[in-house]
Amino acid sequence: MTATVDPNWTPSVLAVGLTRYRLELKTFLRNREEVMFTLAFPLILLLLFGVGLNGEIESTGVDFVQYFLAGMIASSAVSAGFISLSQQVAIEQHDGTLKRLAGTPMSPVSYFIGKTGVVITAAAAQMVLLFVVGVLFYGVDLPRDGFGWMTLGWVMVLGLAASSFLGISITRLVDDPRAAAAVAQPPALVLQFISGVFFLFSGLPVWLQNVASLFPLRWMTLGLRSVLLPDAFEAAETAGSWQRPKVFVVLMIWTVGAGILAHRTFRWSSRDE
Amino acid sequence: MTKSNSRANALEVEGLIKSYGDRRVVDEVDLEIRAGEIFCLLGPNGAGKTTTVEILEGYRERDGGRVSVLGLDPGGRPLQLRTRVGIVLQTTGSFERLTVAETVAQFAGFYPNPLPTEEALSLVDLVESSDKLSGDLSGGQRRRLDVACGLVGRPELLFLDEPTTGLDPEARRRMWSVLEGLRTQGVTVLLTTHYMDEAAHLADRVSVLVQGRVVARGTPETLAPPEPILSVVELQLDSPDLSVAELSRLVGEEVVPDAEGWVRIPSEEPTGLILRLAEWVRSSGRSEVPGLAVQRPSLEDVYLALVEHHGRRIEVLS
Repeated sequence: MTATVDPNWTPSVLAVGLTRYRLELKTFLRNREEVMFTLAFPLILLLLFGVGLNGEIESTGVDFVQYFLAGMIASSAVSAGFISLSQQVAIEQHDGTLKRLAGTPMSPVSYFIGKTGVVITAAAAQMVLLFVVGVLFYGVDLPRDGFGWMTLGWVMVLGLAASSFLGISITRLVDDPRAAAAVAQPPALVLQFISGVFFLFSGLPVWLQNVASLFPLRWMTLGLRSVLLPDAFEAAETAGSWQRPKVFVVLMIWTVGAGILAHRTFRWSSRDE
Repeated sequence: MTKSNSRANALEVEGLIKSYGDRRVVDEVDLEIRAGEIFCLLGPNGAGKTTTVEILEGYRERDGGRVSVLGLDPGGRPLQLRTRVGIVLQTTGSFERLTVAETVAQFAGFYPNPLPTEEALSLVDLVESSDKLSGDLSGGQRRRLDVACGLVGRPELLFLDEPTTGLDPEARRRMWSVLEGLRTQGVTVLLTTHYMDEAAHLADRVSVLVQGRVVARGTPETLAPPEPILSVVELQLDSPDLSVAELSRLVGEEVVPDAEGWVRIPSEEPTGLILRLAEWVRSSGRSEVPGLAVQRPSLEDVYLALVEHHGRRIEVLS
């Protein structure tokens, strides 16, 4: 049954990663409750805010729902990347899945291609749904040009990457996967309140703005507003500007830093000493 | 390749040492597993079995000793080794929402020259469940799926950690026939189990680990107990013709029958004892007794004696 194999053989990281992605996606789609919840939750929030907070923001011609839509898209990246990914990885560190995979020739990079693939897919689906509802019911404008779509693209990719890497990193703190949500939820929730998701960022006390500016979510919401809100709103931002270069630099730093942290702290199993 | 017989050994361990803090859990362990055999590592919980196996699999670093698995050092889990061994862990994760075939095909995709999925499934007798979700399998089927995932990469060496723990007797028998089938495939197997009948049934050779040391090694039939264990002759008495007092006089010690009338007589010479018992039965005017049996010491008897003897001795030393 055994056969001689080239001793220098290495598995294709990308091909195996795409296989993992396909299977992870199947696993995700076969869990109907999870799919429904993941897709419906941001929509429900948007509809609730739409009912409760109709109104223009300080004569800028921008409806609060439009502002909130940009925040919701950013926070969907946080929930897909940070919260649900950390939970999944913690479970697989605990139940032996990752340890089993570590005993095969599969590269850990393939594992993460599969995982982040599903994160990106879920976040993209959420974003599309939010756009559809936003455009149909709230008169939200889509990005106007190629530059807008590109900005949307890199803000989302960097934001998702940073959230995913942070999600993987915090699994180091949880040995019991049931605790993963308890560890991930509070910081995510607090950041949503102070980063321009639930409240106007410019309406917060300056010290709170400064705290929020240390974290990536505040920069993601700003980057998304820069392509989803009319140019007239730029003046209402705290710096009086969309600050796109700064958004890019901060998100880059977070992505690279969190990537290094994830790489250093990642473990195959949470059951070993 | 330090020894002339290295080629015939799939795995060699010399003086393996591992400590957690001050506690030495693996203490100068030597093992030698020949290519193509089923080798069984026995020992009570906490004897260092899992730690030893995990060092061989590359999951743990050792503190000392020489380890060669298929001629490679497993430290750091080199890719070459992962390509050539199959690992079936005690807890192996779920893939609950993938079908049996999808799960095996996934593992096949990790290896350079895998078995066709169908062939791997037929080796473990799961072809009929190909399209079932893994989460819907019975315990025995799930363990056989684990074995299929361990086999699909055509490993030269397969690690099997307690493959039948928690299974019902019928499921265990089915797993045994799967594992016996591997023998004809030429796969070397390192098996750990708590079931002595399993080791006796499957293993070519066993080693017994107690408190981090190998205290005995050999074939299941010839494994030596610390002190000779006597065979037991069992005889069932059912009528007043056969008097217990007379029997006690015959064997030279007092015998006490249990509720069903069985008496158990340990003996160094069971055949001679049976001849004398037969003579006694005939002289009592009978030609048959309802029950007569000889129990040779089983692997389980030898194992329990070893664990008790060495467990106690090491406690006294420390």
